Amino acid sequence: MCKVKVITGTSAAAEAAKLADVDVIAAYPITPQTTCVEKLAEFVANGELDAEFIKVESEHSAMSACIGASATGARTFTATASQGLALMHEMLFIAAGMRLPIVMMNANRALSAPINIWNDQQDSISQRDTGWIQFYVEDNQETLDTILQAYRIGEHEDVLLPVMVNLDGFILTHTVEPVTIPSEENAKAFVGVYEPKHAYLDPDRPITQGCVGVPECYMETRYAVEKAMENAKKVIKEIHDEFAEKFKRSYGNGLIEEYNMENADTVIVAMGSVCGTIKEVIDRLKEKGKEVGLLRVRCYRPFPAEDIAKALKDAENIAVLDKNISLGINKGALYLDLASTVRDKKVVNYIVGLGGRDIRIEDIEKIISHVEVAKDGETAWIGLKE
Amino acid sequence: MQFPREEYFAPGHRGCAGCGAAIVARLVLKAAGKDTICTNATGCLEVMTTPYPETAWRVPWIHTAFENSAAVASGVESAIKALRRKRGKFNKKINVIAFGGDGGTADIGFQALSGAMERGHDIVYIMYDNEAYMNTGVQRSGSTPLMAATTTSPAGSKIRGEDRPKKDMPLIMAAHGIPYVATACISYPEDFMNKVKKACEIEGPAYIQVLQPCTTGWGYPAEKTIEIGRLAVETGIWPLYEIENGEFRLTYKPAKRKPIKEYIRMQKRYRHLTDEDIERLQKYIDERCRELGL
Repeated sequence: MCKVKVITGTSAAAEAAKLADVDVIAAYPITPQTTCVEKLAEFVANGELDAEFIKVESEHSAMSACIGASATGARTFTATASQGLALMHEMLFIAAGMRLPIVMMNANRALSAPINIWNDQQDSISQRDTGWIQFYVEDNQETLDTILQAYRIGEHEDVLLPVMVNLDGFILTHTVEPVTIPSEENAKAFVGVYEPKHAYLDPDRPITQGCVGVPECYMETRYAVEKAMENAKKVIKEIHDEFAEKFKRSYGNGLIEEYNMENADTVIVAMGSVCGTIKEVIDRLKEKGKEVGLLRVRCYRPFPAEDIAKALKDAENIAVLDKNISLGINKGALYLDLASTVRDKKVVNYIVGLGGRDIRIEDIEKIISHVEVAKDGETAWIGLKE
Repeated sequence: MQFPREEYFAPGHRGCAGCGAAIVARLVLKAAGKDTICTNATGCLEVMTTPYPETAWRVPWIHTAFENSAAVASGVESAIKALRRKRGKFNKKINVIAFGGDGGTADIGFQALSGAMERGHDIVYIMYDNEAYMNTGVQRSGSTPLMAATTTSPAGSKIRGEDRPKKDMPLIMAAHGIPYVATACISYPEDFMNKVKKACEIEGPAYIQVLQPCTTGWGYPAEKTIEIGRLAVETGIWPLYEIENGEFRLTYKPAKRKPIKEYIRMQKRYRHLTDEDIERLQKYIDERCRELGL
């Protein structure tokens, strides 16, 4: 039997890791992720979860230990945020290159300097080229559901990549919401058991992992990850649909979610919890007879370019919200990716919510009226003090 | 001691002629046996043994990065425990052995090593100490000995090579309160293999630092590797000991210590030393040997 608990996003992530029956957790505390690993430590301490919990001395070692454990055939989980994720950066490439389906929750948080513990998405966006699948969830329920799906996706034979599930720091990590928790039985039946066939350390079948990639082979390994990313698009949809059928909850097609797109000329494209606010604005405008659409990018890597292009084919004014900034070009990452996909449309970039700056209903309304008169390729910083 | 016939470290690797690191790997695996999983830091040993699609390792082996051999080993060991308990896998004793050079251990890998030792993982950490960053072209590390010249601690008109004494890693490891710490030298294979065996048998973390003369970095003819290693021990610059549950014990005591001059005169890294410098070095070594009862 499933049950409903009123819990934070980090607790939802911990519940998901427990339901996935992870074997090894390696984690280091960092705000606003900490409550996730505290919860997991509690589960292990109470015997509710049979796992080895490695209390590492840094995030670099957290990811290193997860790599060692995953390469030995264990299902692994870790969680981090911001500077911790940045400290893992080197190891993120290695986890992906070695094709290890580690699942990680990241509590999105701004990067120093100045030090700032509040939410934006610069931390995980800065890891976009590491070869990790990246999800950006809207609420706590989706956090739990996506982590369960993440194990299936990452461990799928056509994929074999690590998966990062991103939830907005504080906005989700520290806010309680009712979350439906599947029964252990149903969750286990869905997630299954990790039985790696490709590579694992076992004295009865000695193999060498992580060897020197000479010029004659390195490019092929990178290409293989790119192919796996491409495969992941199909797998993500399939597993999302299977989940939806089993648990009666769905998130668009798994890669993107369309909201009120049918008659909308103006479309906002965004990721993460801000989509909840945007939906609220859309509903209000609808009551006034104005149709605005939301295209929520749920999966950022692999980038669902085809799905996005298709969803935006009738849009006239496209506003892309970015909680990150690529310095030196004055554009956000989502805008840059989208602009390379949708070339014949007016796309305007809005830099929003950096370092926890509030994104209010009025801000979204302002963006909607601005995008209708703005020029293609413009960038506007919303809420910036003069 | 009977040396096992089995070879789990294959010939045909890309090590230099006279490479001591290859001897380290060969002896460790002979002592540890088949049921072993190795992790390896980036460095000479990793680079020379695994240019894809070749491998010199006949036991499961993993390399990820420079500074985290101990952290990866922590993950391997934890996975073995979890999978044994939950799924009945790994149903026999498995040695988890982490290798790192002196740079990957005493410098950049120090934090991960300290963490793994403090957490009490049942792993054996082998530092193969060639006393500099040999893989990148002989730059000084925290383990480079006093007055040795490297490309980043060159002997010049003002500075006489490395101006700091070698970091005392075995004692730092012993201060972690781990059950087993030892020094070894490839020129004393029986002593070394006994220590590896003991480290594998002991439950909990073990640390062995093995001196591994490096023909390229130290500057001596390839056929002299074993001889130089022996001289390091005979002169007392590299004492052989173990610290078992806090008890210090010398495992080899030269009948009469040889003068350090015999050791350093054979190596290019010390060729800049004057008789006065050598005397200074001799005094430093004498003092350290006195402390250890050598």
